[in-house]
Amino acid sequence: MPTKIEKDAVTGTDTTGHEWDGIKELNTPLPKWWVYVWLACIVWAFGYMLLYPSVPYGVGYFHGLLGYSSRAEVTHEVAEVDARRDIYMKKIAAEPFAAILKNPQLMQVAETAGAITFAENCQPCHGQGGSGRIGYPALAAGAWIWGGTLDAIRQTITHGIRSGDAAARDSQMPPFGKSGMLQPAQIEQVASFVWSKFYGHATPGHATPGHATPGQNVTAGAKLFAANCAVCHGANGEGNPAFGAPRLASHVHLYGDLRAAIVRQVTDPRLGVMPNWNGRLDPATIKAVAIYVHSLGGGE
Amino acid sequence: MAAMSRVEERRRQLEQSLGGEHLYANRVRVYSKAVKGPMRRVKWAVLAFCLTIYYLLPWLRWDRGIGRPSQAVLLDIAARRYYFFGLEFWPQDIYLLTGTLIVAAVGLFLVTSLFGRVWCGYACPQTVWTDLFMWFEREIEGDRNERMKRDAGPLGLDKLWRKAAKHATWLFIAFWTGGAWIMYFADAPTITRQFWTGAAPLPAYFFTGLFTFTTYALAGWGREQVCTYMCPWPRFQSAMLDEQSLTTTYQAWRGEPRAHGKRDPSAPPAGDCVDCGACYTACPMGIDIRDGIQLECINCGLCIDACDHVMRITGKPERLIAWDTLADQKAKQEGRSVRFRLWRPRTVIYFAALAIAMTAMLTALALRASLAIDVEHDRAPLFVLLPDGGIRNGYTVNLTNRTQAWAPFALSVTGLPGATLANGTTPRERHRVLTLSVAPDSIADFRVLLTAPPDAPKAPRRPIGFVLRNPTTGAQTSYGGAFMGPATYSGGGP
Repeated sequence: MPTKIEKDAVTGTDTTGHEWDGIKELNTPLPKWWVYVWLACIVWAFGYMLLYPSVPYGVGYFHGLLGYSSRAEVTHEVAEVDARRDIYMKKIAAEPFAAILKNPQLMQVAETAGAITFAENCQPCHGQGGSGRIGYPALAAGAWIWGGTLDAIRQTITHGIRSGDAAARDSQMPPFGKSGMLQPAQIEQVASFVWSKFYGHATPGHATPGHATPGQNVTAGAKLFAANCAVCHGANGEGNPAFGAPRLASHVHLYGDLRAAIVRQVTDPRLGVMPNWNGRLDPATIKAVAIYVHSLGGGE
Repeated sequence: MAAMSRVEERRRQLEQSLGGEHLYANRVRVYSKAVKGPMRRVKWAVLAFCLTIYYLLPWLRWDRGIGRPSQAVLLDIAARRYYFFGLEFWPQDIYLLTGTLIVAAVGLFLVTSLFGRVWCGYACPQTVWTDLFMWFEREIEGDRNERMKRDAGPLGLDKLWRKAAKHATWLFIAFWTGGAWIMYFADAPTITRQFWTGAAPLPAYFFTGLFTFTTYALAGWGREQVCTYMCPWPRFQSAMLDEQSLTTTYQAWRGEPRAHGKRDPSAPPAGDCVDCGACYTACPMGIDIRDGIQLECINCGLCIDACDHVMRITGKPERLIAWDTLADQKAKQEGRSVRFRLWRPRTVIYFAALAIAMTAMLTALALRASLAIDVEHDRAPLFVLLPDGGIRNGYTVNLTNRTQAWAPFALSVTGLPGATLANGTTPRERHRVLTLSVAPDSIADFRVLLTAPPDAPKAPRRPIGFVLRNPTTGAQTSYGGAFMGPATYSGGGP
C-alpha cells in the first residue's frame, strides 16, 4: 500500500500507487450503487443456496430448506389440470352417447380430448383426419368393416381387431389359394368378376389395365363368387359388419383398388391387426376418441 | 426597467444553466397573470365545453334494448364491443378508427395552416387542464405578484395552508379526471358503486391512480414544459405554417422603438409599445411575443387581451399584438396591407385530403356488412373418396352475425353441380342449402362437409363459391373457395 496518495496532475484524480514503466493507474472506483447492488446479490445468493436445491455431493444433493423440486411442481400442476378435466371426463364416462351428443359442453371436451388422443395414438396408422392408407381403413370415408355407429367404434377401439384381447373382433378370411380350395386360374376368374362388378372403375390413381380382359372370366368368376364368397361378402358384395366382412361394392377398399390386390387377398389374405386400447386409454378417453372418429364425416 | 430585467434575467438563467456542467436547462417558473378579454372568454368557453363532455358523457344513457349496455359511449374491452350512441363497433372495424385518426390529423393540419396552433392554445387537454389548474391556483394563492412574493418569502402558516389547499384541490380534480376515464370502459353508475365498495376490478383502481397522477403531474407541475419538451407537435408544426397563416403577432412596425412613458414630440420618435410587460406576464408559456414567432408559442392569444387593455389606457389603437399573417406584417412595414388568403395550395390540398378521407370513412361506415363468412379448407385429408364414388371436402366455416336477432343463415355453394352440404355434427343430413343459425351479435364456427356426387366431373382443384344469405334481412355475401379432388384420374379398364 502506498503511504502517500499521489494526485494526477492532468485530471486531478487520485492514483492507486501502481506504476508500470512510468505509467500510473488512476483510482477510479466503481460507482457506489453498483458495489452495493453487487454485495446485495452475494447476500441474496447465500440465502438462495440455503433455501433451494444447491450443493451436489456425491450421490445426492442438498435439497434446500424449502424442499422445492421442479419435478414435484410439474406433478402438482398436472394433477390440478387433471382434477379440472376429471369433472367432465367422469360425466363422459357415465353418460350414454345420446346424452353426450346433446350436451354442447361435453361435446366440446370430448371432441378436443378425442382429437388430441387420436393424433397421438391413432394417426400414425389411420392418417391425419382419418384419411387412411393401404391396409389401414380410411375412417373419414365411412367404409366401415366392423360398423360405424358410436357403440361399434367404441367396441373396436376398446378391444381391437385380432389383438389377442378376449373380446377382440376377429374374423378369418380363408386362404383360398394357399390351402388349395381354389386354383390360381379360378382365383383370376373371381378377381375379374369382383373387380369388374363391384370395384369403382372410376377410382382414381390406381387403375392398371392389362391383367385380364373384362368379361372373359366374369361368368365363371360369378359362379365361384356365389359358391365361395357370397356367404360372408353378400351376393351383391354389400359386406357384413357382423363378421367384419368388408363391403366389396364400393369405391373404397382396405388394400387398394387394384385387381392384383384381390388376387393377393383371395390367395393368401392379409389379416390386419388393430391393438386393443383398453389397457392404455381409460374408458372416458376411448369414448371421446369414438366421438371424434364418428365426427370425421363417416359416422353412422 | 424592472419588467425588462425579468426577461433578461430569465434569458440569463437559461443560458447559464445550459453552459458548463448542466446537461439540462433549469426550469424558470412561469407566473402568468390573469387577463380579461375576448380571447380569454373563448378559452373559458372551450374549456367548459370540453370538460363538460369529458366528465359527463359517460353518464349519458342510451336505450339499446334488454340485456345490452345502456351507456351512450362505452368501450367494452372485455366483450370487444364499442358503443357510440346508435353505432356499435367490433374490433374488426379497426380501419374506421384508423380513418378517424387520419381525419383528425388532416383536420389538425388544415386548422394549423389557417390559424396556427389554435389546437394547442385552446383545445388540447394539456392546455385545458393546465388552465383549470391555474385558475384554482389564482383563486387560492392570488395573482402573479402575490404568488411570486409568497414563493420568495419564508415558509409561514399562510404559505403552508395555501400550498396545501392548492395541491389538495389539484389532486381532487386529478382524481375526478382519472375516475371519469374508467367510466368510458364500464357502466358508469355500476363502476362508481363498485369503486367505492371495493368491488371494482383491479385495473379500474390502477387506471384511476395512473390518470390521477398524470393529470396532477402534467397540469400542476409540468405545464408549459410538456408543450416545449415532451410534445412532438410543436416540433413539426412549422411544416404546416407559412407566411399566410394567422398567428399571434406583435406588430413591430407599429410598436418599435418601444419606450416608457408619455410620447414627447421633442424626443426621438417612439412606437406604440410602452414596454409595460403586460404581454409576457400574461403568457402561460413564459415567452415574450415581441421576439417574434417562436417554438414555445401556443397561439392562445392571452397576450392580445393583455396588450389591448394597455392600449385602451394609453389611448392607442388596439391590436398592437394581433392575429395576423407574416405576409401582412411585411406588407404593413412597407405601408401596404394584404388580405388573409383562406384558399392557398396548401389549404386546398389539406381540405381535399380531409374531404376524401371523410367521404371514404362515411361510405365505409354506411356500407358496413351485417354478415360475413370466412372459410378454411381442411388441411388433411384434402378430400375423402366415399364408398359410392363421391368426393367429400371438409371446411371450417366462420360466420359473423352483426344483427341484434338470431340469424338463420342459408349457406349454399356455386360452381359444383349436384353438391350437397352437411353440418359436421349430422353428416348424414345432406342439403342443397344448409341452415346454420348464429346468435345475435356474435360469431360462430361450424364444420361443414361438402359432397360432390359420384357422377360429378373430377378435378384436382375446382374453384367454388360459398354463398351466405340471411333470409330475415335479405343480406348476402360470398366467399371464393376451392373443392379438392384426386390429383390423377384415368378412366375404366381392368
